[in-house]
Amino acid sequence: MSRYGMVIDTRKCVGCQDCVIACKTENNVPIGYNRDWIVTETHGKFPDIQLEIRTERCNHCSETPCVSCCPTGASHIHDVGGIVLITHEKCIGCKACVEACPYDARYIHPDGYADKCTFCIHRVEKGQKPACVEVCPTYCMHFGDLDDPNSEVSKLLQSRKWHVNLPDAGTQPNIFYLV
Amino acid sequence: MITELVELSTTRNNPHIDPSMAMWEWQIPVYLFLGGMVAGMMIISGYFLFSGRHKESNCACFSIPTISIVLLSLGMFALFLDLAHKFYVWRLYTTFQFKSPMSWGAWILILVYPALIANILIRPAAWMLKIYPKLSEWAGKINQHPFLIKNIGILNMILGLMLGAYTGVLLSSMGSRPLWNTSLLWVLFLVSGLSAAAAFVHLFAKNKTESELLAKADNGFLIVELFIFVMMFLGFLSSPKPHMEAAKLLLSGAYAPVFWVFVIGLGIVIPLIIQLLAVNHKIRHTAIAPIMVIVGGLILRFVIVSAGQYSHWFNAHFH
Amino acid sequence: MNSLSRRKFLKISGATVITAAALAGSAKTFVNAAESYSKPKGLQVIPSYCDLCFWKCGLLAYVKDGELWKLEGNPKDPLSNGRLCPRGTGGIGAYFDKERLKSPLIRKSERGEEKWVEVTWNEAFDYIADKMKKMKVTYGPEAMALFSHGIGGSFIKHLLRAYGSPNETAPSFAQCRGPREVGFELTFGDIIGSPERTDIENAKCIVLIGSHLGENMHNTQVQEFSRAVEKHASIIVVDPRFSVAASKAKYYLPIKPGTDLALLLAWMSVIVNEKLYDTDYISKYGIGFEQFAAEVSQYTPEWAYIETGIDPDVIRETAREMSRYKPATLIHPGRHATWYGDDTQRSRAIALLNALMGSWGRKGGLYVPYSYSIPKYPYPPYPELQKEPLDNPNKKYPFATGEQISTGIREATITGQPYPIKGWFIYGTNLMQALPNRDETIKAIQNLDLMVVVDVIPSEIAGWADVVLPESVYLERYDDLNASPFREGFVGIRQPVIDEPNDQKPNWWMAKKLGEKLGLGAYFPWKDIEEYLDTRLKLAGHSLEELKREGIIKGPKKPIYFEDGVEPEFATPSGKIEFYSSQLAQAGFDPVPRYTKHPEPPAGFFRLLYGRAPVHTFSKTQSNPILADMMSENELWVNADLAERYGLKSGDRIKLKNQDGVVSDPIKVKATERIRQDCVFMVHGFGQKSRQLHSTYKKGASDAELVTKYNTDPLMGGTAMNVNFVSFELEV
Repeated sequence: MSRYGMVIDTRKCVGCQDCVIACKTENNVPIGYNRDWIVTETHGKFPDIQLEIRTERCNHCSETPCVSCCPTGASHIHDVGGIVLITHEKCIGCKACVEACPYDARYIHPDGYADKCTFCIHRVEKGQKPACVEVCPTYCMHFGDLDDPNSEVSKLLQSRKWHVNLPDAGTQPNIFYLV
Repeated sequence: MITELVELSTTRNNPHIDPSMAMWEWQIPVYLFLGGMVAGMMIISGYFLFSGRHKESNCACFSIPTISIVLLSLGMFALFLDLAHKFYVWRLYTTFQFKSPMSWGAWILILVYPALIANILIRPAAWMLKIYPKLSEWAGKINQHPFLIKNIGILNMILGLMLGAYTGVLLSSMGSRPLWNTSLLWVLFLVSGLSAAAAFVHLFAKNKTESELLAKADNGFLIVELFIFVMMFLGFLSSPKPHMEAAKLLLSGAYAPVFWVFVIGLGIVIPLIIQLLAVNHKIRHTAIAPIMVIVGGLILRFVIVSAGQYSHWFNAHFH
Repeated sequence: MNSLSRRKFLKISGATVITAAALAGSAKTFVNAAESYSKPKGLQVIPSYCDLCFWKCGLLAYVKDGELWKLEGNPKDPLSNGRLCPRGTGGIGAYFDKERLKSPLIRKSERGEEKWVEVTWNEAFDYIADKMKKMKVTYGPEAMALFSHGIGGSFIKHLLRAYGSPNETAPSFAQCRGPREVGFELTFGDIIGSPERTDIENAKCIVLIGSHLGENMHNTQVQEFSRAVEKHASIIVVDPRFSVAASKAKYYLPIKPGTDLALLLAWMSVIVNEKLYDTDYISKYGIGFEQFAAEVSQYTPEWAYIETGIDPDVIRETAREMSRYKPATLIHPGRHATWYGDDTQRSRAIALLNALMGSWGRKGGLYVPYSYSIPKYPYPPYPELQKEPLDNPNKKYPFATGEQISTGIREATITGQPYPIKGWFIYGTNLMQALPNRDETIKAIQNLDLMVVVDVIPSEIAGWADVVLPESVYLERYDDLNASPFREGFVGIRQPVIDEPNDQKPNWWMAKKLGEKLGLGAYFPWKDIEEYLDTRLKLAGHSLEELKREGIIKGPKKPIYFEDGVEPEFATPSGKIEFYSSQLAQAGFDPVPRYTKHPEPPAGFFRLLYGRAPVHTFSKTQSNPILADMMSENELWVNADLAERYGLKSGDRIKLKNQDGVVSDPIKVKATERIRQDCVFMVHGFGQKSRQLHSTYKKGASDAELVTKYNTDPLMGGTAMNVNFVSFELEV
């Protein structure tokens, strides 16, 4: 089994939103909607300040409240890499999955269905990286199989300190932030 | 990080999600309220059938199922209005998703309608007979079997219980929203549904005995509801920070005024006092207390849905 | 929700909008299906280079079934390394922008009222040619001046040179990097140039003074900066604002604005006194070191503390830190350097600090770039100039070398001295935001007989024009070849990847057609630009066909460091690195930089600072729907404690009033710990006032509007703009 995930180096990220724009053009994300976004945390008091800048998106969690709550099976786990996808033609637009995601990673597309990051599965299945990873001018994003101990992402997690977002929410996210 | 988080900014700006979740608007609380009240009405009318009150000629129980169907359909229409991908609504009934409360709900609703219809058939209203005279034949047949009526009562009670509980479980299954994430929520919604139902039936009770009975029952439900609130908040306040913050939204935060005034004060405590006085014959039974209870129940759904969406794991770390 | 977000914006080409509007919404699918029959099927990938800023990164345009889909970096391109910056990635928005100029316009009422008559290209050219011919007779060809920014202006430049005008400028000199180039040229005999010759990737210690890489998205620099961070380079950031770069730094020095030169002098004094400099390098290549050393040693860290607010121990520690990694210590020269009026001297101090580290010409410092030399097109010689350029009469600013002073031309347009300027041709630069003191710009414009603006959008400056010529966006046109000096020599092509949606035309076509109307056809001997490009490329042993296919062709490799065999050459009068500058002394300036105190904001006022955001360039990208989606207005950074004192919270809107009483448009407050209390900051380019460009109209506030005061650099005429103070107007 493979488990796709991302390892993002917050030390390198400058929060430029290139990932956001690349996602937008690659996936036709409508103006006014975000599949990915930048979060900036400021800690401390001037001038002793620390920032953490993160690019965020669906965490493609291992525990998926968004899939469990879906009444039609539109929200599902893909055969490859354990990633979370939505079948638009099955979605009734009930918004339960939008509510169920502690990361607020989903939104309702203007066409009515729930939508979110797909890890660019259409690219990944062709051997490419997700558009956001491929575009990043700081090379802060890494994508790969977390179940493969020899993958770049696994090695980064072994060698560096990291955290995930909202570990207490119990979703076991598959996006890791190097600090 | 060691130092205190002082600022948090995001570039995300999704409609109805940022700056705080407001995906579910008026439709869902209306649906949850009507669903909960119908659930209560099913339990009450089911109990009337089960306990043989239907043998009395002027029992309110005869009009309950008809009104229930109307109210439930209104609620479901509200739910339908909320769907963003309406043409795909049939997808609900091509599958059963065991883990999805909404899927359960969809199928429970499918079962609720026949149960209500069976209930109606025990004594169809005059206007129904006018439209379809054959109904009296069916009603006659059903009434030949008291056992069947008892079972229809049980069925209504069970499905009412499921429906009422479902309205709470729909929300409480969402670990993402700390305020909803309590196992007491379904009990709260069930009891609140029962109290609203008792109040609603009270409004068209056919005789004084019924009024007394419903007012007494309602008082019981209201007291239990208060008790559940206490339990729920005790639970939240001894939980991790996100849940604590969620409880504070109602207790002292942005939602506190509406919660204390409309939900607790005007929705529970005052009508409870009025009805306690009424059942002790200090004052007459009027429509005031039941209406307050019903409106309070509706506002409760609005408050819980809205504040629940606002409550958040992430915001909890930062104000 | 705006109408655009209601549909997939990529579906909106001009044609789709018109047809879809004509038919009912339900027929949308049908329309798209019908449309796709007439367009080429399948995926085309076409190389070109970007125009979202001046970096000119190589790109690959993806066109799916005849519709523009997305842009990616060209992996062969040494500038982008296959990764565009956010603006470049969002470049398709320039094509989809609904408010683009669609046809030539001639003014029909007062200048600046933005009332137009749509005309044909022929009518527009006749109008311009007629005025230009008359002007030539009455005033001479030098009465026509060109303001042009970016490579797209090269054919217009050619046109005006052929016409006989010597007056050609861009705000990129006197309003931007001019002081830096002059400061470095005075020291090393060469400029920094663009793209900057900074070897960030190999630097072991990087000092950023006000430069906010990461927010300032100069692609290669940001990529290299990130690699330096990864390699744990020691980063020192000097900035009144805690920039993104500061968050990556080992040392953050929250300097008082206007005192950078004090810090630089104190650093140099520590380095000189503790003999932390590169002795060999200085003795080999330097001149006047003793005089320099004697001069700077007076500036102790304790003295600098009073000026800058930086702890003397930190000044010493950071000086030693720089020295520890020399010569791979890069004191970044910055780019937009027009701050306080002594900017050339500050830049020279930065140059001198680099010289002390021995980093000029060395790995990890400032490398020696080279370009792939592509021969020029064999044009006939330009007509002999009748008059000298008038931007800098009597060499008032003796070191304004290389480029002309835009504000000097503006001044001459107002005064008519030393000779009248009666026509402005403006290409690719919004002077309303670029030049300081808007009133002076408007005053100059009112003196003109002809003002022509070539632009892709109805920009603010276009609103003041007599004739507006709508240009094709970069994805629809050819431009001249790009062979920027860099780490390696290369030539890149800009070529059309999609058709213009309306009657927009490329600049080369405008120049040729207008040239023919002016009787200058001999200067445009080529049939079209393809012939022009092919001729140039053939002279270099390539062909247009080859470059169209490859997008980038690399030249022969050369070394870029002294240690790899580059011959150290310094084109200064002495042929050495001038620690003491005799030419400055002779001209009556400080031969070694000296500190001058700048006025501080009075009580209730704050110094207005401005800078960049990663998703916008100048004031030219704000209407791009994708980039506007990322950032549609700017915010005013206010220190959190200061904000609290004024009762301001993040998200509140206030106006700013400057020392001259100019009041800004409302701007959102960002109350933050990330800035000092004596200054406020906003991103440049917002608060635009073009009534035809609704998507930008009064979105946020304009720093440029508040820059009514400017100090002129006596060495080179740069206009320093960080000298304006603002107060808060809480009632909006």
